[in-house]
Amino acid sequence: MLYREAGQFKATYAEDSQIFPIRQDKIGFWVLMLVFGVAVPLLSNEYWLKAILIPVLIFSLAAIGLNILTGYAGQLSLGSAAFMAVGAFAAYNFILRIEGMPFLVALVLAGLTAALVGIMFGLPSLRIKGFYLAVATLAAQFFIVWALVKFPWFSNNSSSGVVTAQDVTILGYTFVTPESKYVLTFLIVALMALLAKNMVRSSTGRAWMAVRDMDVAAQVIGFRLMRTKLLAFAVSSFYCGVAGALYAYTYIGTVEPEGFNLDLSFKILFMIIIGGVGSIMGSFLGAAFIVLLPIFLDNVVPVIFGDSLGAGFVSNFQLIVFGGLIIFFLIVEPHGLARLWQIAKEKLRLWPFPH
Amino acid sequence: MARQIGDVIVDLQNISLRFGGVKALTDISFNVKEHEIRSIIGPNGAGKSSMLNVINGVYHPQEGQIFFKGALRKKMEPHEAAEQGIARTFQNIALFKGMTVLDNIMTGRNLKMKCNFLQHALYWGAAQKEEIAHRIKVEEVIEFLEIQDIRKTPVGRLPYGLQKRVELARALAAEPHILLLDEPMAGMNVEEKQDMCRFILDVNDHYGTTIVLIEHDMGVVMDISDRVVVLDYGKKIGDGVPEEVKNNPEVIKAYLGTSH
Repeated sequence: MLYREAGQFKATYAEDSQIFPIRQDKIGFWVLMLVFGVAVPLLSNEYWLKAILIPVLIFSLAAIGLNILTGYAGQLSLGSAAFMAVGAFAAYNFILRIEGMPFLVALVLAGLTAALVGIMFGLPSLRIKGFYLAVATLAAQFFIVWALVKFPWFSNNSSSGVVTAQDVTILGYTFVTPESKYVLTFLIVALMALLAKNMVRSSTGRAWMAVRDMDVAAQVIGFRLMRTKLLAFAVSSFYCGVAGALYAYTYIGTVEPEGFNLDLSFKILFMIIIGGVGSIMGSFLGAAFIVLLPIFLDNVVPVIFGDSLGAGFVSNFQLIVFGGLIIFFLIVEPHGLARLWQIAKEKLRLWPFPH
Repeated sequence: MARQIGDVIVDLQNISLRFGGVKALTDISFNVKEHEIRSIIGPNGAGKSSMLNVINGVYHPQEGQIFFKGALRKKMEPHEAAEQGIARTFQNIALFKGMTVLDNIMTGRNLKMKCNFLQHALYWGAAQKEEIAHRIKVEEVIEFLEIQDIRKTPVGRLPYGLQKRVELARALAAEPHILLLDEPMAGMNVEEKQDMCRFILDVNDHYGTTIVLIEHDMGVVMDISDRVVVLDYGKKIGDGVPEEVKNNPEVIKAYLGTSH
């Protein structure tokens, strides 16, 4: 009864094309922003911030990146973790090698580096589609990780390839506490999510979706396939690159190339499948789900089954649940949690008098 | 009628198109004049759709020349044809299934939108103004084709007849000089056909758009066309005003048939 747009009339096209045309949604959004932007850093403890909230935000950003490429532009990619690695190591090298490099500039440069690499590995998409393209991006995954290990220059000649992220300093303020790192991550992710949303709701996004849905028709009405696909690769890799840099600087602190392996790429792919392919909000839901599920199972399984099962069982159980859920989502709701949320809203509009 | 048939706008000379050893089109010449409704008819596999694909650059003929607005046209890609004002609909609906009706029609205006992706990302000032200016144009098309009530519906959920109409809307949104319609009335019932005919005539009359039409319903073709070209096995067997074509013995033999 509360969720209803009755009485909210749109008199201009600007009003009609807002991100949240319904007032209740807008209020809900700002409440969420206040909770996660202000209340959480003030009230939450270190464990929650460090182990849950910061990674959720960072993975959301990576998932947005993959969603732009796979969900919107329809180009299946298994190289997201590699582009994150490019971002992380690019940021590290920019800050290391250029005196007085401001962190935010390094972050943008890291994203741009990843975008360039993304364009390079996106070139095969002009010729191949679907599974074959996925395999081509798999090449990116293996090649980039191999190159980062093979050439010690990338990790400043560290023997194991592990690099330790420098302190994050913006305008003389150094981000040390988890609270400050969380707020920084939150602001960057929120801003980039907004930019992504704007892109996908305007002509750029329509070009991506047109290429995804029917490329011949897209070409006939004037979209250029090459430009559209490569832009999707560039923007997607930029997002993954920034996510990778944040992963190193505000989350883990020390990273090695092997950390950005195929497992991580698959994890990000699962996030968009479960969260919602072709949805910015779905990227957040999916990331939260994938990060929280193992923690949830860790805590719940021993309570239900007792300690008798052992740690090995719990971690295997996680995998079983993961696999099961992915199959479930693919069959029941291919558009993921975001679609379920939308259906719930549609139902809520009619509730409690559906007839 | 208000419209006046103008000069030749597309002139196809001796077009031959082969796919390996298969001859899709052999030595076909005909022209399309500005503001006219030009139909292409013929049995299945006669090369009608291939002909449209040649005009808008999806296929490149091995032989022959195409003059567009008086100038010899070089080999061109589909998006270049679109830039020159050629829009089309497809035999099998080629809408973007995951997008709403409104977004589908908005894609039709992509060539007229000048903002780049960074401006879109900010969605401020120029990008928003442009979006709204084009939305107004799109709403005109929506009103013209009477699909106001479904503008926010994903096209995948629409019935066939309406999808065809949305596809026409998307083509019209580009404000084309030439509109290529590939069987716009296939699979429609009588009412839907009547609506579609009305829209085609209105488009032709109101915007002065030149229309090249492929259609199997002879009643429709003979009624609304200015001139008709008949293909059979990739060859041209007839060309002229409907009356002429109707009485052409070769056309009757190959396609129309005789009453017994």
